[in-house]
Amino acid sequence: MMGMTAIFGALESGMIYAILALGVFLSFRTLKTPDLTVDGSVVTGAAASAMICTMGGNPIFALIASFIVGCGAGAITALLNIKLKIQPLLAGILVMLGLYSINLRIMAGRPNISLMDNSTIYMGLEGLLPEKYLHLILNAVILIFAIILFYFFLKTRMGFSLRATGDNEDMVRASGINSDLMKLIGLSLSNGFVGLAGGMLAQYQGFSDVTMGTGMVVIGLASVILGEALFGIKSLSRRLVSVSLGAILYRFAIAFALYIGMPAGDLKLVSALIVTVALAFGLLNESMTLNAMVKRRRKKNA
Amino acid sequence: MLKVENISKTFGAGTVNEKDAIDHLSIHLKPGEFVTIIGSNGAGKSTLLNCIAGVYNPDSGKIILDGKLITKKPEYKRSKAIGRVFQDPLKGTAFDMTIEENLAIAISKNRSHGLQRGITNADRDIFREKLSMLGMGLENRMKEKAKLLSGGQRQALTLFMAVITEPKLLLLDEHTAALDPAAAAKVLGLTDYFGNSDKLCTMMITHNMKAALEHGNRTILMQQGRIAMDISGEERDNMTVDSLVEKFAIQNDRMLL
Repeated sequence: MMGMTAIFGALESGMIYAILALGVFLSFRTLKTPDLTVDGSVVTGAAASAMICTMGGNPIFALIASFIVGCGAGAITALLNIKLKIQPLLAGILVMLGLYSINLRIMAGRPNISLMDNSTIYMGLEGLLPEKYLHLILNAVILIFAIILFYFFLKTRMGFSLRATGDNEDMVRASGINSDLMKLIGLSLSNGFVGLAGGMLAQYQGFSDVTMGTGMVVIGLASVILGEALFGIKSLSRRLVSVSLGAILYRFAIAFALYIGMPAGDLKLVSALIVTVALAFGLLNESMTLNAMVKRRRKKNA
Repeated sequence: MLKVENISKTFGAGTVNEKDAIDHLSIHLKPGEFVTIIGSNGAGKSTLLNCIAGVYNPDSGKIILDGKLITKKPEYKRSKAIGRVFQDPLKGTAFDMTIEENLAIAISKNRSHGLQRGITNADRDIFREKLSMLGMGLENRMKEKAKLLSGGQRQALTLFMAVITEPKLLLLDEHTAALDPAAAAKVLGLTDYFGNSDKLCTMMITHNMKAALEHGNRTILMQQGRIAMDISGEERDNMTVDSLVEKFAIQNDRMLL
């Protein structure tokens, strides 16, 4: 059986990845655009967070900065799409590429920054919480806060407008809503949460690496798709929790794969395969969720 | 109320596919007027409505709605005073959102789209009360997603959403063309109910000449981007489908159905 350290590690990092998955959920599910900016913006968030921490800045402020730079990255992708009419997918790729250089600049030209000796949000709570559960509790608190924020935001008028923009742009414009503005807000917020996840990740694992973003969008998509398929999408709250659980489950799958001896380098291939299979089998619609299958079986047996 | 002055719209200018969709067209509508628009394919009917709605801007000419020049305003800003129903029933609603959420978007047309609650209980009461007027039982299905509705129900809902904020102008682009006859009749009935208001101008495109003469109080026929006929009052009352066909040598079977 996997050791407690591995289980805790999967749970703790899973909660951070859950925030990234919520960000991806906003672009992929709400706006219905797969946004590749994520691979870059997660590093931008991590880089900003790491730099502020190494300079002795407040680690909470560092996370706020991560969120803001993430928003900025998303806004650029959205503007490329809205103003220059570049396809969303291509706009994301362009921004992702450009961000590589920007991330390197933020990190003062170093590909890797270590945070071992610097204060992080976790260190600030040492002594207040039992050390064993410190990371777990703090990550859980931030994740729950993010879920609640998401829930209430998506229930506001702006949230409605955002969701409708993903569904039907014609209807949105006919309803007096600026669909371009909604795309800008949506992609900004989406990448803001991705940046926040990056910033937390840097403080959690104690370093920021310029290549850490590779495949993050696929991890996010896998979390969204798996989570929804396994835990259901009946209501908005359910769906947000499902996506978060998907991310945590995904970390467990990775931990398990490593535990049974899979080389770490193969993990990205596995991620790609998971998403491919999920997309191919149409694990996307409601009839394919585990919940619906159980219900169908019950009906059959009844 | 609505003044369209000398507008023109050419698609693909300078290419082999160049087409004058609208050719120096003018039309004025008074409050309470319900204009039905007929004409064969390519006559410019949809282009006219799309120019008014702001889907695209005319190349020249002016559009004035309720005393305000709207020629260059973006589509979403014009929408605040214009209700629209499209031909495709899928286009009128956000399919992955519930009926009440769709209605909430419609009723928020002239409100700011900020962080206020998307839907309040007061809104729900209004929706329930007004939905029952449609006579489709939708008032008991408000938490269901719009994608579960039939085409007729969707068009009825879209029509209702279009008029819920009491716009100045209602634009209907063959909104019953994709429906079966029974649903089409139902939606046309609702169109009469909502459209015959003395505060509202309505423009309805239809391929059905009989319907064009039966509904509304004014009928125009478009040919090659111009208005070839504009009748109302007694002249319209005396007009029959047969005399229309005779007068304009209409060869389009679809219009006769």
